[in-house]
Parts: sequence; structure tokens; C-alpha cells
Amino acid sequence: MSTSTVDVHPDPHGHGGEHAHDPHQQHHFTTMEQQFDTSKIGMWLFLATEVLTFGGLFAGFGLMQNQYPREFVEAHEQLQRLPGAANTVVLLVSSFTMVMAVLAARTNQAAKTARYLWLTVGCAGIFMCIKAYEYTHKFEEGLLPGIFYHHHGDLIAGSHGYATFFSFYFMMTGLHGLHVLIGMGLLSWLAIRAKRGEFSDKYYTPVDLIGLFWHLVDLVWIYLFPLYYLIS
Amino acid sequence: MEHTLTAGSVTGDRPRPAINYLNAEKGIWSWMTTVDHKRIGIMYLVAVSTAFLIGGIFALLVRLALLNPQHTLFGKVWVTAEAYNRFFTLHGAVMVFLFIIPSVPASLANFVLPMMLGAKDVAFPRINLMSFYLWCGGAVLAISSMILGAVDTGWTFYTPYSTTTDGAVGLMTMAAFILGFSSIFTGLNFIATVHKLRAPGMGWFDMPLFVWGIYATAIIQILATPVLAITLVLLLIERVFQIGIFDSRIGGDPVLFQHFFWFYSHPAVYIMIVPGMAIISEMIPTFCRKTMFGYRAIAYSSVSLALLSFIVWGHHMFVAGESDLANVIFSALTFLVAIPSGVKMFNWLSTMYKGNISFETPMLYVLSFLFLFAIGGLTGLFFSTLSVDIHLTDTYFVVAHFHYVMMGGTVIAFLGGIHYWWPKMTGRMYKESWSQIGCLLVFIGFNMTFGSQFIMGGQGMPRRYFNYLDQFQPIHAFSTYGSWVLGAGLFLTAINLLASLKMGELAPDNPWGGTTLEWQSSSPPITHNFDEQPVLEHEPYDYRHRTVTHV
Amino acid sequence: MSTHTEHAQDPQKEARTYILTLVTLLILTAITVGASYIHFGSGAANVVIALTIATIKAIVVALFFMHLLHDKPVNAIIAVTGFLFLGIFLMFDFIDVGSRGNLQPTNLHPPPAVAAPAGAPGAPAAPAAEKKE
Repeated sequence: MSTSTVDVHPDPHGHGGEHAHDPHQQHHFTTMEQQFDTSKIGMWLFLATEVLTFGGLFAGFGLMQNQYPREFVEAHEQLQRLPGAANTVVLLVSSFTMVMAVLAARTNQAAKTARYLWLTVGCAGIFMCIKAYEYTHKFEEGLLPGIFYHHHGDLIAGSHGYATFFSFYFMMTGLHGLHVLIGMGLLSWLAIRAKRGEFSDKYYTPVDLIGLFWHLVDLVWIYLFPLYYLIS
Repeated sequence: MEHTLTAGSVTGDRPRPAINYLNAEKGIWSWMTTVDHKRIGIMYLVAVSTAFLIGGIFALLVRLALLNPQHTLFGKVWVTAEAYNRFFTLHGAVMVFLFIIPSVPASLANFVLPMMLGAKDVAFPRINLMSFYLWCGGAVLAISSMILGAVDTGWTFYTPYSTTTDGAVGLMTMAAFILGFSSIFTGLNFIATVHKLRAPGMGWFDMPLFVWGIYATAIIQILATPVLAITLVLLLIERVFQIGIFDSRIGGDPVLFQHFFWFYSHPAVYIMIVPGMAIISEMIPTFCRKTMFGYRAIAYSSVSLALLSFIVWGHHMFVAGESDLANVIFSALTFLVAIPSGVKMFNWLSTMYKGNISFETPMLYVLSFLFLFAIGGLTGLFFSTLSVDIHLTDTYFVVAHFHYVMMGGTVIAFLGGIHYWWPKMTGRMYKESWSQIGCLLVFIGFNMTFGSQFIMGGQGMPRRYFNYLDQFQPIHAFSTYGSWVLGAGLFLTAINLLASLKMGELAPDNPWGGTTLEWQSSSPPITHNFDEQPVLEHEPYDYRHRTVTHV
Repeated sequence: MSTHTEHAQDPQKEARTYILTLVTLLILTAITVGASYIHFGSGAANVVIALTIATIKAIVVALFFMHLLHDKPVNAIIAVTGFLFLGIFLMFDFIDVGSRGNLQPTNLHPPPAVAAPAGAPGAPAAPAAEKKE
């Protein structure tokens, strides 16, 4: 795909006497709008796969909760509500800063776009710090997945339910955390590009699409938080 | 019967362009970095054919091991039970994950679908290339698994055996995981392409039925495959961390694994068959010179098949410990899912009725498909009947059933499609006489191999068993001989096609007189598919206004 | 992209919408945390309430932050379909797990009366305390 502004390729595109298209327009699209709409559909399809991936884990968690109701309730108590709620708030704010970044990009405010993107990254960083604090506490208490579980003082001695709970806890928060990290990387890249003035009302697709990804990360946590931290 | 076509091209004769997508850029790097959907389709075709060869070799080994209950060849025992378990597992895993799931969508649809829509490429060409490299990555991991201890769990990886057995289960699981993402991105690409890249004048109900089939398949790929991904991750983690989700000895539920696994794997079998049906829907109007009967019915049946496929997975678990209530519900729903397939069969046959049928190789594959898929589909209904399933499940009856639908259905349709679009993709005509012999050998060999297995299964021979009662030996031997005939037919077909690349006569733009847009391009097409943006001016399969001469 | 319906709204109004959305989400978060301290009868009721509030939050995020309200319908259809099929997976799994052991054979005889003292060989074993249903 050519990104030059001058149309140097031969006629097979059928440009002929037409104006050179936007440098971001790929040759198999006829208009930028078509390209933008298609990209959005692509991202939403990808988000649907993420819903089903995380959803599978939620399903496993729900079914295991059904199998070990008492152990799971007791294990819930080990999760502190304050960091969990704080993380929820942090991610909601990050979703806000993200959508403001998209708005700024669409209204040709490069510096503002970059600032909001960096704020989003910052919120994500805070999230990861709180997570790290929580994980450390779990490690100290011996609340680890599967065969590594060695917590003392469980009511139903010898039951596998506790280890299973924490297996799911680490798998889900781990997978979610991985997505947060990936998001941080992508958002930082976007922020650098935004500062360079690469986005405008004519082309802000990457900001919009990665924004959608970021909102999904928030959505997963919106479900994760009550199911893990608030059930008693 | 040789092909000598004269003015068969719908668009009239025109000079063959010197530069086409095959020679526009030269060198291996140009292929490795291509974003041309046609080149990617060809690379995929080579890739899945290689996988088919590997999976086929394992199949021949399985059948050879079962030639007699003593497992001897020329008086010498040549295979152990452990090796045999690996043979059938690798046969299944390679065929399912490396071959049949990507087969039609990634190779033929990649090539043909954008052209059928009058588009220059798929929606996301770079993601298309990434899909291909993901397939390659999955293949490397799968082959590594084979070398480093292989897998003996059966392709279904049932727990707790798969979470505790030795062998390279982890590598094979990771291979399937990566292959899953290859499949997801292929489906993602096609959905976006169908929504946004249709030619001017082409509404949803002006699209070729092949596109409807691939679109329905893509929906399944998007919705089902992620659950496979998480299932494999959970399996891996259970192996390493013993988290106790699937192994009852540490507090898990093996039936839960089966729920997770079959939620993908049942819709997956529709990823396998719907593209095959889509190919049949293309070839019948062309070789019967008749508009498809019930176009909308077929279109709707493709999508409804895709959606219904998600609510029947429990029929794989009737005797696994699923509750009786769930059993009954799944049984009823499985009867429902047979209806759209039946709709297609009736519509295809109605199209053929009073059509001007010609019997070139693609049409011979169509006829094979109709016969073999009817048997396969019908025997599926036997399994949805709870009382019958109890007796037939995990016998050779089910092995025969799924081979009739997957091989007698999808592979036959795939072979037909390859022969149908071969002139378009390569610019060459293969030798018709040899391709017909190949088709005949495949048909005979297939029925020998798997028809006999229905009988064995009905008599109680269990599947995946290394040892068996002497009474089954004649049928097992017959089935093995059939596998040799089948192998010979496939080998002959492959040689014939490959030989045409150097020795085949040059193909016209439209050797079969097809009405869909890909036949308006040259054979092979130029890189950008069409000289000018095609505009659709007629209904799909409009044979009333076309005169196609055919010698 | 210049014909996007969102352009009909001026940026100030849009920003205000986003702020309102954030405030709504924070309030809902406070509600869900608060509700978790109240015991609504059975444990299941708490789960239902928590999930309901979570779903409302999710819908708010999807409609406003993810622009589904003003977007082309195809995107919303994709999103809903993902959740719908997840729901199908959950529903059938819970039907299975929830109904195992429900149906008894019609010719089931009642267990014989315990004649020997408990612990003697041959006496019928009491059901295990930890039996998983």
C-alpha cells in the first residue's frame, strides 16, 4: 500500500484523471469513510471474540462457584474491597480520558489528544500498581493457584475449592492485566503519534479503534469486580 | 473426453494479459510479503494440501495397523498400542486443525470471494497475511509436538487423561491455540469484506451463494473459536498448575471440559461443512445451466445453520455424564439443526431437475457429494436419537458418520472446487479424463473404507481400539484395502493437477460458462482482479440471458 | 468520516455527555459496593443484583463511551451477538450442572432398613458428608 501523496503507481487502480486519494486510504477502498467503517466492524468483531474468551473464563468460574459454594464465599473474604473498588474507579476514569482523547483527535487538537492518551496510560499504570500490591498480599498469605496454594486456616480443611478459586482469580486478573499492559503499550504509541500531529478529523481511526479496545478492558473489569470482590 | 472450448467465454474472447498476479512480482520475498488475497490463497492451498498429505499418511498407518488383530505385516508385528494411539490422535488433530478448518475459507474463498464481490481485495489484506503466518506457526508447533513425543489422547483431548499423560500435549495444545487465531482472523476479514466491499449494484441478495456460505462460516469462526482458545489455555494450566477444574481427583469436573471443548467443536464441524455446501451451490447452477432454485432459502439456511450449530453441542456428551434433562434438550435441538441441511439438498436437486447438465469433473464431485453427504447427514440423525446413540456412540458407526460428512462432504466439495476454479487460479486446464478417473477412484475407495465401518459399528466394534475380536477382521481388512484405493485416487488427482501447471492447455477466461463475477476476469487474473470496477447488472445465476456454447 | 453523525453534536456537548456518563458510572459503582453489604435474602439474590448493576454499567459504557448509540447498527449487532452466544454457553452449562441427579429411576427401591449397628461390615454406608451434587 502506498502512503505517498503523489500517485506514482500505474493505472490499474483506475485513478486516471482523478485526484490523488488521502495518503491513509488503502487501494482496495473507494472512500475514506468506507475504510473507516470497515475498520470499525473489524475491531468490533475482534471485541466479540474477546467477550467470548473472557466469557469462557467467567463461565468456568461460575460453574466452579456452583460446585464449591462455601469455599468460594470464604475465599472471597480474602479479597479486599478497597483496592478492588479503587481499581474500578481508576479504570472508569481511564475510559473517560480515552473517549476524550478520541474527541480531541477528531477535533484537530493534537496536544490535547496526546495529553488525554498519556492520562489514560497513567490510570492504567495506577491500576497495575494496585494490582501488584494485591498480588503481593496474596503471595504472602499463600493464596496461590492450584498446587501452589498453601494458605492456613481454611474452614473446610482439605477441600480443593480454595485453590480453585485462586486459580481462577489469578487466571482472570492475569489475563485482564495482560490486556492492560498491552493497552498501555498501544496507547503510548498512539500518544507519540498524536503529538507528532498524525491524527485529524480526516484520519483518527487508530485512536478510535484502540479506544474501543480500551473500553473492553474496562468492561471486563466491570464484571470481574463484583463477581470476585463483592459476592458474600 | 477432451476439452476443446471455443467461444465459451461469457465476456467474449480477449487477449490474455502478459502480466498476471502470478508473475507480476517475482521472487520468494514477494510471496512472503504479499498482501494479494490471490497469492495468499495459493500459499494456503499449498499449505493445507501438505497438511492433508500428512494427515492422510497417519490415516493410512491407522488402517494398516488394523489390518489384522495381531498387528502384523508379512508375519512381523510392526506397531505397538502406544504408537497406534498416536497415529489416530495425530490423524485427527492434523486433519481437523491444520487441514479441514482452514481448507475452503483460507484457500478457495480467499482467492475467489473478493472477486465474486467485484472487489480488489479482502477488507484487511495485512491481517490476511498474518492469518497465514499464524497457520505456519501452528504447523511448526504441531510438527514439534509430533517429533517430541507426540500425543495419544485422541484429537478431543479429553480430561483427565490429557491433563496427566506424558507426551507433547502442551505443544499440540499451543499449536491448536495459534491455529484458532488464524481461523478467527480469516473469519473477521470475510465478514468485514462482505459487509463493506460489494460492487455497486450488488445487494445482499445479489451475492453468489458461495459468499453467503463463507459469511455464515465466518460468523461461526468469530463466535466459537475463542472458546476453544480458552479451553486449551485451561487445559494447559491444569497440566502445569493442577488447578482442579477438569480433573475430578483434584476437585474438577471432566464433563466441564467436554462442555468447553464441544461448544467450539460442534460449531467447528459446521465451519467444515458449510463452505463445502457453498461450493456445491456454485457448481450446480453452472453445470446445470440453470438458476438456483430457492436462492433465498439457501442463503437463509446457511446462516441459520451457523446459528443453530451453537445450541446442539451436548449431543457429543450423551453418555458422558450429562444430566438427563440436558440430554433431552440437546437431542431435540439436534433434530432441528438437520432441517437447514435438508432444505439445501432439496433446493440443489430441484435446480438439477430439468437442467442442462454436463458431467465435467466438478459436476462429478457434486454428484458424489450429494450421495455421500446424504448418507453422512442422515446417520447424524441416528445419533441425535438418545436411545440409539447409547448403542452407537464411540463405535465405528460414528467414525463412519463423521467421515461421510467431513470427507464425503467437505473434502469432496473441496476437490470439486479446486477443479472448478483451477483454470481461474492457474490459467491451465487439467486433463479431464484423468481427473474423472481420480474422482471415481476416490468415490469407490471412500465407500469401501467407510461404508464398511457403518457395518462394523453397528455390530459393536468400538472406535480407537487397538485390539479387536477376530470376527471384525474381514471388515477391518476390507476397510484398509479401501483406504489404499482412496489414497491412489487422491494421488492420481494431485498428480494430474500438478502436471497441468506445466503441460495443461491454456485456460480461457470462463471455461465453464459461469455467471459470477470472477469469470469476468482473465485466467489467471491480474493483480488488481479487474481492469475496471465491475458493476452488477443481473441477478445471480442468470442463465436466461447467457448463451454459452460448449463443445 | 466527515459524514459521521457525531459531527452533528458540537464538541462541548459531547464532552458534557462523557462527563455525565462517567459520573453515572461512578454512582453505579458506589451503589453496587453499597448493595454488597446488604443481605438480600439468599446468596443468589446478591449475585443477581450485582450482575444487573454491572450490566447496566456495561451498557452505559457501550452506548456512550463506545459510541454505539450513534453508530451504524451493525456494530451493536456484533456486540450483542457476542454476549448472546456467551449467554447460550452459560445457560446450557448451568442446565446440565443444575439438573444432574434430578431424575431417579422409576423402579428405584428404597434402601433397606439398617438392621446391624453402624460400623459393622455389611451395613449400608451413610452418604459421604462432602458429596458434591
